[in-house]
Amino acid sequence: MASEAHAPAESLALREQFETEAQQKDASTLGMWIFLITEVMFFGGLFLAYMVYRRLYPDIFAIASSSLNVYIGAANTVVLLCSSLTMVLAVRAAQLGRTRAIVLFLVLTLLLGGVFLGVKAYEWNEKFVEHHIPGPSFHFEGLGPDQQGHAQLFFSLYFAMTGLHALHMVIGAGLLAMLIWQARRGRFTAEYMTPVDLIGLYWHFVDIIWIFLFPLLYLIDRHLKQP
Amino acid sequence: MTEHVDSVKTYVLVFAALIFLTVATTAVAFVDLGPFSVVMALAIAVCKMLLVALFFMHVRHSTRLTRLVVLGGLLWLAILLLLTMGDMMSRGWVGVPGR
Repeated sequence: MASEAHAPAESLALREQFETEAQQKDASTLGMWIFLITEVMFFGGLFLAYMVYRRLYPDIFAIASSSLNVYIGAANTVVLLCSSLTMVLAVRAAQLGRTRAIVLFLVLTLLLGGVFLGVKAYEWNEKFVEHHIPGPSFHFEGLGPDQQGHAQLFFSLYFAMTGLHALHMVIGAGLLAMLIWQARRGRFTAEYMTPVDLIGLYWHFVDIIWIFLFPLLYLIDRHLKQP
Repeated sequence: MTEHVDSVKTYVLVFAALIFLTVATTAVAFVDLGPFSVVMALAIAVCKMLLVALFFMHVRHSTRLTRLVVLGGLLWLAILLLLTMGDMMSRGWVGVPGR
């Protein structure tokens, strides 16, 4: 068949099943968003559990929530927002095809993600020292024996939610490391930077989850505690 | 590829707004607004989410299909949260014999 000679060579930016590069890019973006929506529902279940138990035991949840260090939480939020800025600048560098800038901003994002996880580990260690880890040795000062269980519920949800968030950060860090390796080898150009774009979406999504975790876990009952 | 490339200035301004909102939500948490403390905290969180989604995640430049998927996802989350909340708040309204 003569038409074979006219068929354009397949490239990363245009696989043979797509009509145009724009169509392929839109399909990739849509697929990533559908994955992120499933993640929203995944975290949504935990947010729902938190909402239900906070309503059942509002006083204990307020006391337990106020034991978290709000300044560390706020500082970590700033760190994560900085990493989102460097991530979006990496995506911008990729759109413009600037390989060295992509690598620089991805490395910065990875470092900031590492700082966030380090601070989180410090906070978890604090909980361990204070016996605030749910389990046989759990003890929350100032609460009666019948209230310890409700405080354990708060900390169970705290560890489930921040733990699942941290797991997403670890996966994100792995993906960033892969991107840095690929970017250094010159895989991304202004024509083809889909992986940078999609992992950027993932990173910002994990940021949004923290944007909600921070006020719900650290802030909303802060005013109830008398100094 | 004809992609929309935002300026660095746009991103830095959005970032500054996000930092400002983080400081604001932390500061306002220490003020006793009664039940509005939760409303305030969540309203600020939603603003931050919109800034990140529209600018950093490029929703404002994305296709209508992508926007529809995003809105659809949020709709299902709202069903999950609102219907459960409605159930919990209305439980005591009708007396159930034997309970």
